[in-house]
Amino acid sequence: MSFIAKPKVIHPQSPRNKLGLTVRDYEGGMSTLCAGCGHDSVTGAIVQVAFELSIPPHRMAKLSGIGCSSKTPAYFAKQSHGFNTVHGRMPSVASGANAANSDLWYIGVSGDGDSLSIGLGQFCHAIRRNVNMLYIIENNGVYGLTKGQFSASADLGSKAKKGAENQQPPIDPCRMAISMGAGFVARSFSGDKEQLLPLIKAGLSHKGFAVIDVISPCVTFNDHEGSTKSYEYTRQHFHPAIQANYVPPSEELKVQYKAGEAMPVILHDGSQIILRKVAGKYDPTDRASIYSYLEQYQQAGEVITGLLYYDDNLKEMHDLSNIVDQPLSMIDHAELCPGDDALQVLQNVWR
Amino acid sequence: MSAGPSNNDFTVRIANVNGTGSASANALLMKSFFRMGIPVVGKNYFPSNIQGLPTWYEIRVSGKGYMARAGRIDIMLAMNAQTYRKDLADLAPGGYLIYDSTWPRHKLLNRDDVTIIGIPLARMCNDQFATARSRVLMKNVAYVGAVAALLDIDLDVIKASLEKIFAKKPSLLTANHVAFRLGYDYAKQHFDNLLSFKAEPMNATSQHIMIDGNTATGLGAVYAGATVGAWYPLTPSTTVMDTFTSFCERYRIEEETGKAKYCIIQAEDELSAMGMVLGAGWNGARAFTPTSGPGISLMSELLGYGYFTEIPAVIINVQRCGPSTGMPTRTQQADIMACAYASHGDTRHVLLFPSSPEECFYHSVAAFDLAEQLQTPVIILTDLDIGMNDWMIPALKWDDNYRPDRGKSLDAAALEKMESFHRYLDVDDDAIPYRTFPGEHPNGAYFTRGSGHNMYGAYTEDSNEYLEVVDRLRRKWETAKQYVPEPAVDYSDKYKVGIISIGSCDCAVIEARDELLASGKGTNYLRVKAFPFTDRVQEFIDSHDRLYVVEQNRDAQLRSLLMIETDVVAEKLVPLLFYDGLPINARGIIEAINQDLAEGVAA
Repeated sequence: MSFIAKPKVIHPQSPRNKLGLTVRDYEGGMSTLCAGCGHDSVTGAIVQVAFELSIPPHRMAKLSGIGCSSKTPAYFAKQSHGFNTVHGRMPSVASGANAANSDLWYIGVSGDGDSLSIGLGQFCHAIRRNVNMLYIIENNGVYGLTKGQFSASADLGSKAKKGAENQQPPIDPCRMAISMGAGFVARSFSGDKEQLLPLIKAGLSHKGFAVIDVISPCVTFNDHEGSTKSYEYTRQHFHPAIQANYVPPSEELKVQYKAGEAMPVILHDGSQIILRKVAGKYDPTDRASIYSYLEQYQQAGEVITGLLYYDDNLKEMHDLSNIVDQPLSMIDHAELCPGDDALQVLQNVWR
Repeated sequence: MSAGPSNNDFTVRIANVNGTGSASANALLMKSFFRMGIPVVGKNYFPSNIQGLPTWYEIRVSGKGYMARAGRIDIMLAMNAQTYRKDLADLAPGGYLIYDSTWPRHKLLNRDDVTIIGIPLARMCNDQFATARSRVLMKNVAYVGAVAALLDIDLDVIKASLEKIFAKKPSLLTANHVAFRLGYDYAKQHFDNLLSFKAEPMNATSQHIMIDGNTATGLGAVYAGATVGAWYPLTPSTTVMDTFTSFCERYRIEEETGKAKYCIIQAEDELSAMGMVLGAGWNGARAFTPTSGPGISLMSELLGYGYFTEIPAVIINVQRCGPSTGMPTRTQQADIMACAYASHGDTRHVLLFPSSPEECFYHSVAAFDLAEQLQTPVIILTDLDIGMNDWMIPALKWDDNYRPDRGKSLDAAALEKMESFHRYLDVDDDAIPYRTFPGEHPNGAYFTRGSGHNMYGAYTEDSNEYLEVVDRLRRKWETAKQYVPEPAVDYSDKYKVGIISIGSCDCAVIEARDELLASGKGTNYLRVKAFPFTDRVQEFIDSHDRLYVVEQNRDAQLRSLLMIETDVVAEKLVPLLFYDGLPINARGIIEAINQDLAEGVAA
């Protein structure tokens, strides 16, 4: 991490959005993550999207759980209320917050440990409730803060930094979200700003639960030899050996590739990930064919990115319960309390 | 509690099989006494089962208005062959056992000191009704008829009750009336004037209602203006949300649009329910969750979060028998300690202890105010006895001038004038900071975190900054004493011994004190209504040399809490503990106090 705060000096020529705000107005506190962490790129993308969408910062609520990923809401939108909940419970807190006030933009940021291990149940049920929010999983397959244990998204056969091999199959949040009925499911890579920005923008604008699984490499603990994300596996299956070059942790990984193409990316530890963008003819609304498409590429050891599933006909939580448009937190007590006359009438049933 | 039954002082217990539809018949019988103007209370002992296991319903008729379990059965309706032996044994000497004489009774099962009354209920109903289901259901109404005849219950009252129940189903009204007469006429014909006591009309119930605590709690949440309810179904708390839902459907639907002014979320578990309540409270809605002991265990992590981050929340714990799954359909007060200090780290929570459905209603409203005034989770501890049994209470009143006390919060106008806002700053020196709601104003933004934070709301690992926050939270606890309800105290300097009790013990303590006084042993009484304990509790303790602490758990949890939180020597507090899962009765309290006083005299 850097320990020198960026001075807030706004250039007079800085572009301004519809609210007259600059992109700097959407920034937050200084990141305390490792230099070069993919999560910071996601933060940057959120800042950019919020700026471009001209969201009034105070109309945005940002929530997270516990873990490296969950620290990130502190690093964007300092004029927004933030809620760093306990481990794995952000989906429930977001559900309650959304129940109280449906008229805010909700961004949840979580990680693979937070959403797929300790918080798997809450993640699934928030999807089922179709809470109107953007839910980003910064997925690196590893526990960072506790130094390198496998998470539930670690691939079979992946090796931890200390050498232990993961024997348990990974949970794929995207395929799970599709099966739970999420209306917006996407995957991207933290270093692919070109793809990430429109996905975050679309996810925020989607009415209902929008999941974006962002593969976000851990510069310190990601060491997945033998997995579908690893250097070794990739070398055997797709490309000639790529030497495990040392990538300075201060350099962010950036990629650019076209739709339908596969793109090998060398991670910080030298392992490699192959991203394949969904092809132009891919239909994200055709649920039946999506499963076999994703399965096909998973078998081939590739990670499909892009908007994987989309259905905008689903009712979100408030519509499902037919709740008034006015935020519940703002309804005057006089409208909520039946009063003494009603109480006296009601009590006849108990006489 | 007198030695034996007399007019308007007796108990009827109905032994039945779960799932046979006896609840409405039992309610009919109980309401008949109430509508004759006689105070009455119903206690339901039901199994954790849908159909087949034994169930008992106990109706205590008490002219003096005692609401505790009598601890004595004068009439037993033995309608369940599986429990017949136990039911006969439970009957008080001189009591009456009513059984279905359609089938022969085992000769060996007999007692010389009770009167056996056989009524061929099944045979009469089989002759009268065609379908198997109606025969079973109508047998229940027929036994009500038999009891009504034996106790001289006013027939007009029964008729009016049936008409009220079946106002929309006239065909059922006729059938029920016929069934009632089967039992009534048979008993009149064969056992007229047999009983040594009966029901006599009084005028002691006209200003009262019969209601269970969960209904009253749910109603209180509606009146308090709660808009978000999150929950996971859990006996015995389920009906809190059931009733909240039905009242909302009645009072909270916008006429023009048919849309709801409330949001109820059935969560996937209690952790989630607690998370939702915190999310909604943080966002400015009045939010609550009903639960029971196992739910409190699951919610504990988030309760600590709510305490440390200062988010209002209302939790209703309808206590049941623990530990673990325990006996889900039996009552206890064994979550006092678990709630007082729920969660890891130095945490403490504001608790309310209603003693009846009446206080459930008023405490439910108070809890929402307290939670916002103090910006912290507030737990209401009721129990299965209060929550699920029908109690007679004074009719509820509502002050239409009531406005919710939202505590110290800043709106957009206030924030506009401020240069900076800091969430955890003790501006007014009462240890309660100001809070803001998301969406209100850019100046109001702050970051809520369960990790160490300083008084400005920023992350910290600095010892001094941490201490400033946790020490202020401790001072806020002192402030809380000015807000929570004072204990109920009945004190006279004539008396040297005192009783301290809590929640549903109250009804039994009231009765026990009357009886003790009648035998020349006057006592003083304090019932705690809230935690933290106010100065009144300390004063009461200081004014006595010996205090009986009456509560319904094994480990003397209220006594422990008093020892931790007040200045008292352990020897002064004598534990009187009742924890078999049945609602407390006065007899145990009287016997224990008499014994202790006798030992004191002997010493």
